[in-house]
Amino acid sequence: MGEIFSMFIAAVLINNIVLAKFLGICPFLGVSNKLDSAFGMSLAVIFVIVGASIMSYGIYYMVLVPLGIEYMMLITFILVIATFVQFTEMVIKKYSPGLYKALGIYLPLITTNCVVLQVTLDNIANEFNFVNMLVYSFAVPIGFMLVLLLFATIRERLETSDIPEAFKGNPIALVVAAIMALTFSAFAGLV
Amino acid sequence: MDRMKNFKAGFIDENPVFGLYLGICSTLAITTTLNSALGMGVSVIAVLVFSNVIISMLRKIIPDEIRIPVYIVVIASLVTIVEMLIHAYSPSLYSALGSFINLIVVNCIIMGRAEAFAGQNNVFDSALDGIGMGLGYTFSLVAMSLIRQILGTGAIGLSNPFTDEVIFNIQIIPSGYEISLFNNNVGAFITFAILAAALAAYKNKKSKEAKQ
Repeated sequence: MGEIFSMFIAAVLINNIVLAKFLGICPFLGVSNKLDSAFGMSLAVIFVIVGASIMSYGIYYMVLVPLGIEYMMLITFILVIATFVQFTEMVIKKYSPGLYKALGIYLPLITTNCVVLQVTLDNIANEFNFVNMLVYSFAVPIGFMLVLLLFATIRERLETSDIPEAFKGNPIALVVAAIMALTFSAFAGLV
Repeated sequence: MDRMKNFKAGFIDENPVFGLYLGICSTLAITTTLNSALGMGVSVIAVLVFSNVIISMLRKIIPDEIRIPVYIVVIASLVTIVEMLIHAYSPSLYSALGSFINLIVVNCIIMGRAEAFAGQNNVFDSALDGIGMGLGYTFSLVAMSLIRQILGTGAIGLSNPFTDEVIFNIQIIPSGYEISLFNNNVGAFITFAILAAALAAYKNKKSKEAKQ
């Protein structure tokens, strides 16, 4: 239990996927203008990562390894992710129009979110067992959500501040990200 | 003339990294040294040119509805090939770039050019576009890595990725005065922000001059 907890904390705070590993920067800059959309995007990312991780993990150990074609991993995983995203979109659209309205526009964007692919590859590279895999694939998008929500609240304040012309938009957002990365680096050595 | 313009656009005006904010993840992550920046740049150029050429050749055969999955398979296959080649011939580059070689698959530049350019244009133009955009990307990586390596380690160096032989290594800032902040993630974000702001300032100035 302790091992799982420390793994969770490490994935959320210390090795934060956005600030320490530089993944998922595009949605980080793209949808962090409003708190609502940041929240919707984070939920969609959590859902897709957990789902895609379970599927790719199963396919790797039940199909690719027995057949000895592990080198097909990258092609298989990206197709699994693309299919899963498409499938999720169709199911949500049919059964829960409310949720679709909230997540709808973010779902297609997730295919190109590098976090998803990285987590599925990490699960294999770290030789996780099934439970660890689940914890890890849940913790990483939680870290993404934490940073995205914090960032969105700061960005809403930035809208009204006086910023030099050239820094308007993304450059100032990256400066904020740098300061957040500095803050998060204080978590190193927590576990 | 138009071709030359297309080719040059990738460097400054439509710089994929600092202007269009594509492929930022890898730019931030692997620009700690000039070596890995160049290695990544060359890998991306290779994937981008071949994916543009292949997609451009297949553009009349691929049905419109399933074009995105087809693009993904083409790109993922090319990335797998590049990854195997790097693993076999340059272990040091392989360990420096780490998982970012695999993540070329989801680098928006490649998918973006496939969708925006190669899907509509002929093979020669697509190859040229791939080289132009790829060089623009490499140029941005090199600019980032020069700043970060000089400020972070005080030296600038390049070594042969196949043999690990040092080609040159110049100490610019005396040791003890380097700013190690630029070696880690904070420096990456700050360098990126400043370069992007510089490009925005240049563009603002140009558009103001055009108005007058």
